[in-house]
Amino acid sequence: MLRGYGKNLALLVIAVFFFYGNLFAGDTIKFGISGAHSGDLASYGQPTVKAAELVIKDINSKGGILGRQVQIITQDDACKPEVATNAATKLVTEGVHVVLGHICSGATKSALGIYKDAKIVAMSPSATNPPLTQSGDYPNFFRTIASDDAQAKLEVEFAINKLEVKKIAVLHDKGDYGKGLAEFAKDFIEKSGKAKVVLYEGITPNAVDYSAIVQKVKQSDADALIYGGYHPEASKLIMQMRKKKMKTIFISDDGVKDNTFIKVAGKFAEGVYATGPKDTSKNPLAIAAIEAHKKNYKSEPGAFFLNAYAATLALLNAIEKAGAIDYEKITKALRTEFVETPLGKIKFDEKGDAIGVGFSMYQVKNGVYVEIK
Amino acid sequence: MITIQEIKKSLIVSVWFMLLTFPIMVIRVNTVEKIVEWRWENMFFIGISVFFLSFLWRYLMKRKELEKKPDIGTWEISILQEIVKKPKILICCSCCLVLFALLLPFIFSFYQTNIITNALIYVMLGLGLNIVVGLAGLLDLGYVAFYAVGAYSYALLNHHFGLGFWSVLPVAAFLSAFFGILLGFPVLRLRGDYLAIVTLGFGEIIRLILENWNEFSFGPSGIANIKRPGLFGIQMSLETSIIYIYYLMLLIVIFTIFVVNRLQNSRVGRAWIALREDEIACQAMGIDKTKTKLTAFALGATWAGMAGAIFAAKTTFINPASFTFLESAMILSIVVLGGMGSIIGVIIASFILILTPEYLRAFSDYRMLIFGATMVIMMVFRPQGIIPNVRRTYKFSKSRIEN
Amino acid sequence: MKIKKMEYFFELFLGGLTRGSIYALIALGYTMVYGIIELINFAHGEIYMIGSFTALIVASVLTLKGFNQISILILASLAAIIYSGAYGYTLEKIAYKPLRHAQRLSPLISAIGMSIFLQNYVLLAQTSDFLPFPNLIPEFEFWEPYSHIIGSPQLVIILVTIIIMVLLTILIKYTKIGKAMRATAQDKNMAMLVGVNINHVISITFIIGSVLAAVGGVLIASHIGMINFYIGFIAGIKAFTAAVLGGIGSIPGAVIGALILGWTESFATGYVSSDYEDVFAFALLVFILIFKPAGILGHSDAQKV
Repeated sequence: MLRGYGKNLALLVIAVFFFYGNLFAGDTIKFGISGAHSGDLASYGQPTVKAAELVIKDINSKGGILGRQVQIITQDDACKPEVATNAATKLVTEGVHVVLGHICSGATKSALGIYKDAKIVAMSPSATNPPLTQSGDYPNFFRTIASDDAQAKLEVEFAINKLEVKKIAVLHDKGDYGKGLAEFAKDFIEKSGKAKVVLYEGITPNAVDYSAIVQKVKQSDADALIYGGYHPEASKLIMQMRKKKMKTIFISDDGVKDNTFIKVAGKFAEGVYATGPKDTSKNPLAIAAIEAHKKNYKSEPGAFFLNAYAATLALLNAIEKAGAIDYEKITKALRTEFVETPLGKIKFDEKGDAIGVGFSMYQVKNGVYVEIK
Repeated sequence: MITIQEIKKSLIVSVWFMLLTFPIMVIRVNTVEKIVEWRWENMFFIGISVFFLSFLWRYLMKRKELEKKPDIGTWEISILQEIVKKPKILICCSCCLVLFALLLPFIFSFYQTNIITNALIYVMLGLGLNIVVGLAGLLDLGYVAFYAVGAYSYALLNHHFGLGFWSVLPVAAFLSAFFGILLGFPVLRLRGDYLAIVTLGFGEIIRLILENWNEFSFGPSGIANIKRPGLFGIQMSLETSIIYIYYLMLLIVIFTIFVVNRLQNSRVGRAWIALREDEIACQAMGIDKTKTKLTAFALGATWAGMAGAIFAAKTTFINPASFTFLESAMILSIVVLGGMGSIIGVIIASFILILTPEYLRAFSDYRMLIFGATMVIMMVFRPQGIIPNVRRTYKFSKSRIEN
Repeated sequence: MKIKKMEYFFELFLGGLTRGSIYALIALGYTMVYGIIELINFAHGEIYMIGSFTALIVASVLTLKGFNQISILILASLAAIIYSGAYGYTLEKIAYKPLRHAQRLSPLISAIGMSIFLQNYVLLAQTSDFLPFPNLIPEFEFWEPYSHIIGSPQLVIILVTIIIMVLLTILIKYTKIGKAMRATAQDKNMAMLVGVNINHVISITFIIGSVLAAVGGVLIASHIGMINFYIGFIAGIKAFTAAVLGGIGSIPGAVIGALILGWTESFATGYVSSDYEDVFAFALLVFILIFKPAGILGHSDAQKV
């Protein structure tokens, strides 16, 4: 009979979980956050939660917005599209008013339809896939990061005009972000007519060794290599290239403009170019935000921290300016009202991209990224 | 009673685990900042918890030993199997279940409905894989490939030609069956783990092609804005369409259960079981091995294809990242956890495996850890699955003989 | 600086050799465990990952304490070997031993569960970020003139793989425990009857397999230069493929399978496109298994009727 008892217990536990969801209600502004909080991409999602926590703690201590406290509700989507729809549905059921997220472009795409139908504004600090805004499919979507094509354009123009290279190899990591970026870069190079794409290929992420592809780059005789993807693969590539005594110029993207890249690649990182958001180190809000993070969490902020900080400020500001939690009014406020953020003074254009947020080129000099004017 | 000897044993185990987890649990180095953090309190927690858990472990092990009755070969009969055997109770129970399922969207929020729909998709996948693994005994580690074929057929046909869900569903099923046969042919001669690795390779090949062939599949950025299934052109809000897909899925799952149940006892179903038990004896009985294996692959793939099309219609967005090896492993786990070849087992297992991580959201960080541990513990204490399949046995009853 | 065709071929050959040796180090452990209890040990990749994490932790602590490079290399490898062996031993006792008489697929699911558990255990106890791994293998001075062809870490990896393969073959062919292993692999009941303690033999097999994974973990991590909790899974699948390709259960088979896999990937990247390197690898696997259904060196047993 013990077995039957065990089964009943299991059923009871499941039943308790069933009813767990609908307990919270109250007169707060519900601020949903979704992104990768677990799994192998957790390091891209967690800084966003911390940024929002810092902003909202501050605002709540000052009495909240419209006289109401702001409550954070987080949902993990593990950067997977199918989990993201569950997370989004969960947020909608819990009655969130605005959403900060998601982190990955794929997950964002699958979740946006749900927010759109439920008339909820979503703002991503990190989803850079161009069609998200440019397709016009999602009037409820905004972002505080520039899209991939802007980044690719900057990379290509820099390579052709400033570095005057003629032969360029383009590599990517086969991922959503990296491949999208590499495709834009390839198109821009071909359209410019000033340089040639000598190699265009995807590398296998997490592979144990990249010597074959490095040989191929060498064989292609490229002057510069544009890589679309994240820092782990980039540092493996650059280490193997430099160990083979290749001097090919290495140009990459925001996924590589990360201090971990320099720490991992060490001396081999010297001279690498990478695009990244415009330098904000002199912005007083950015300095304060980073200080607050260090004080509260005793560590340096992670990826997209400032973008998320800015997005939280923009969303809450829009609610305040709108005067009510109303979809139409909030979107209008986002498009018309400027707001001071760590990224500068921003508002959003018709498509949802932030005006005043852009990229600059950085280069590793003596172990740090330095902005090239 | 707890003897001194047992305490000693537990102490040794707990010391062993404290030492074992020492570098990873206690020391954390930050190689970037060059800081070492010592977390001695973790060692203490591990020691205490392992000490008590080892008692529980031994107790459960002992019970498992005791349960092993001398008559090996006949499975113990649990309450649920008892129910299955008596048609009256079975009908009554399934009526209650169906009624509950019908009322479910009105009882629970639509988030719950949504994730239960998810679980239903996995029920379908599990039942499909059950044909291949459970009945025909062919270990398939690349089952997700057919799921992908189904999902992409709907997404692409919808994107390029604007075809609706209902017209694509049979196409998706057919295409997946075709791919099933395509995989089946080269692997006819392989057995056991060699078959497993080839199917794994097949699954990876399909995923990699979807990822790299941009002109065909839009590559890693996937396909967005896939239409939800329609109902005579009625416009539906998010909430109604979730409920609608739930009912749709429920219907298809009931249909699947019906078909799989019929298949199991059909001529071809018996042939699969014979093939699983002994290939040579099976051939000697005049069963066409090639045909039987290929039908298993094709029929298994058909369900995956349909589930894929529904998945695409439900999430409205797909990309190759949803079709990794881990997904195949998950579906296989459903089949094995449920009890190979058992329909009720597969249904219960898919609800457990799909709903646990969802309801463990409260533990966010720890949910995958708990999930992995659950899988191990379930297998250790119930290796035959939750509801093991009951072999059909023929019993002579005395009265009948006398008649 | 266009290079000649021959040289290009040679470079790709060496790249494939490195890759293949890396796969081989992990595949050897797979194949040993499989040979004895016919279990696909999905958690083997995780043991490899834990080995490299242990080495990283020990090496970093010792670096901060100011040890010199050689002693760090030795101590870190030793710690990795001991801990991986212990993890392998415990893993077998918890997740596989209770399932020894269960149906064949149950231990497989238990292994998948263990793999998920161990990944998340390291993720939670340590970090989800990539950590830079110190370059433990010194750059040999005498090798400096050739280092543009093949670096010292690669050289060490290749040499260690060869040495381990030879040692393992000797162990299995000529020692007492090797004989016991072969006996257990052939027939457990019979082995028990002639006085082989099969629990003991299986434990030792797991420990040896895990030790090999740890050696692989230290060497590969210092060649690649970074690790995270997820490295074991992907390397594990590739190594498993290599082991099957060569004929699972066979020691030289695992090495040959791994090398063929490495070369296929390398040449596919070099002459076709790296977009499809894995497609080539798996297609080759399917192709070889169609003609040799038990792998290259595996012998298909005649079935008894």
